[in-house]
Amino acid sequence: MSVPVVKVEGVTKVYGAGDTAVHALRGISLKIEQGEFVAIMGASGSGKSTLMNILGCLDAPTDGNYWIRNLNAAELDEEQLSVVRSQLIGFVFQSFNLIPKTSATRNVELPLAYQGVSRSDRRARALAALESVGLADRAEHQPHELSGGQQQRVAIARALVTNPAMLLADEPTGALDTASTAEILALLHEINRKGSTVIVITHEEEVARSARRMIRLRDGAVVEDVTWAA
Amino acid sequence: MGSLGLIEIWRFAWRGISANRLRSSLTILGVLIGVSSVIILTAVGNGSAKSVKDGIEKLGTNSITVMRNGGGGGFSRSANSNTKPLTINDVKALNDKTRAPQIKAAAPILNAQGSCTYGTFSSTPQSMKGTWPSYFEAANSPIDKGSYWTNEDVTNKRAVAIIGTTTATDLFATDSPIGQVIRCNGQKVTVVGVMKSKGTVGFQDADSVVLMPLTFVQRSMAGYGGLSQIQVESVDAASTTLAMDQVTTIMDAQHKIKSATSADYRVLNQASILQSSSTSSKTLTVLLAAIAAISLLVGGIGITNIMLVSVTERTREIGILKAIGAPKSAILSQFLIEATLLSVLGGISGVLLGIGISHFSVLGVKPVVSLTSVLMAFLVSAMVGLIFGGWPANRAASLRPIEALRYE
Repeated sequence: MSVPVVKVEGVTKVYGAGDTAVHALRGISLKIEQGEFVAIMGASGSGKSTLMNILGCLDAPTDGNYWIRNLNAAELDEEQLSVVRSQLIGFVFQSFNLIPKTSATRNVELPLAYQGVSRSDRRARALAALESVGLADRAEHQPHELSGGQQQRVAIARALVTNPAMLLADEPTGALDTASTAEILALLHEINRKGSTVIVITHEEEVARSARRMIRLRDGAVVEDVTWAA
Repeated sequence: MGSLGLIEIWRFAWRGISANRLRSSLTILGVLIGVSSVIILTAVGNGSAKSVKDGIEKLGTNSITVMRNGGGGGFSRSANSNTKPLTINDVKALNDKTRAPQIKAAAPILNAQGSCTYGTFSSTPQSMKGTWPSYFEAANSPIDKGSYWTNEDVTNKRAVAIIGTTTATDLFATDSPIGQVIRCNGQKVTVVGVMKSKGTVGFQDADSVVLMPLTFVQRSMAGYGGLSQIQVESVDAASTTLAMDQVTTIMDAQHKIKSATSADYRVLNQASILQSSSTSSKTLTVLLAAIAAISLLVGGIGITNIMLVSVTERTREIGILKAIGAPKSAILSQFLIEATLLSVLGGISGVLLGIGISHFSVLGVKPVVSLTSVLMAFLVSAMVGLIFGGWPANRAASLRPIEALRYE
């Protein structure tokens, strides 16, 4: 059996200490295999954002273990974690988080630049990624010249361009209208069909229902983990 | 780890600077003022040193002055309360070619104070001197118009004068002073000649001068006491040191001095004056450079300030860059380059402005730009960027991605 992309064992996260301590995660264990499309559901305050930050190596758990592929995140120093973020994880944020005053192509090129990919290679791969999200004709536009849906597609291209082990999307449709939401969801499914692991954090039932597996969090614990037949 | 293309880092740094042009310009201005003031002020210091040096050289490098001991400055042998005045006999001894072959001429100088008038015009010369015709040679003071007065005028105590160009302009404006009768301290004096202009040395205007026969000044103005100075000229610049030794030997014999420590006179030449003036102008240059360095420091603090603002403003962007895999080193170099770019831009424009302004005379001094000060100012400004930008850059690079991303 292959190594799971994500393996979480007894992860807890406590903010603060003593009486004011907030238990954001209370012992979470789960596995996500290569090629899955998983939705992590939960109301505000359920700990889903904390989980997403830990999965993305942006934050460290208070206790418990987290393996991404076969790397134990707790054993990596800051420099190694930046390599993990650069090569294994692709982030998509609710607020797009594109770099302002920088063209779509350059935004997409950026993660490759941090990997030390040559300039001409970078450009070719960035254009290919933009084409795969249907924005080849907007390559030289700056973020403020694009609609919300288009900006999110640039962000997805930026997340995909490094061929990461998983795509981590935090409320990717939270700032979009219905039409754009449908577009982005379709795009994520297409990416998943091509073999990428996609993890979507959301509070929208509609987004969760389109996934094949749904993990529901409440008060920092997994309360539901269902997989629907394809 | 991934070597982020240098061009990419520069592009990011440039984007940081151009995103807020006004703010960046003001920061650059701070460094610009610092760098240009270093260059200008050291150039003014050098310039004033040079003008003093040139002026002294113009007065003649073969000039030797004998003064009575007491009073400050220069080559001083110890003070002695029991001093003899300088006399005409001393001058005569110094003019003895067999005892002093290296001395070309020696002339007595008796200073008088006061003012001269011509009609309604009046002038207060910086020096009024009674002397001998040999002074014109000894002090390197040729005349331009008219004629010299002579030894005969000295013998007969005649009221004749040769005046400097400043005094001539004060009293006669553009008219010819030759043959006119002026009144100096109430005495009628006939102007027979005008000296060639010698220019200004520091605060000393060498052209504000009236030269009259020694005997006339003794009789009508200063009395028959000791001389103020003896002006000696060596045969050429190379033999000045030898001539000074001869002056010392003769004066020791004249004044019956047994040891150098008990001498009641001192011998100065332009070289020693030059030395003391270059020491004081060096002090001036250092002082000016220190003031300028302080303004460069203030410019550096401006960079720290603006970089801290820039880091705070872009905290979220730093978070995004870290989330998509930017290593600490990439963020660090991005902000360091941004700070260095600001300071180097300020440095380059400061160098240009400094050199530009140094082409004009500042406070009456023609500045002399030294290459060392230009290089130093530029290198220091670049260092200022690295040093003063280092702390904010390190702060940016050390931000935790999760906190940076949450920052609104």
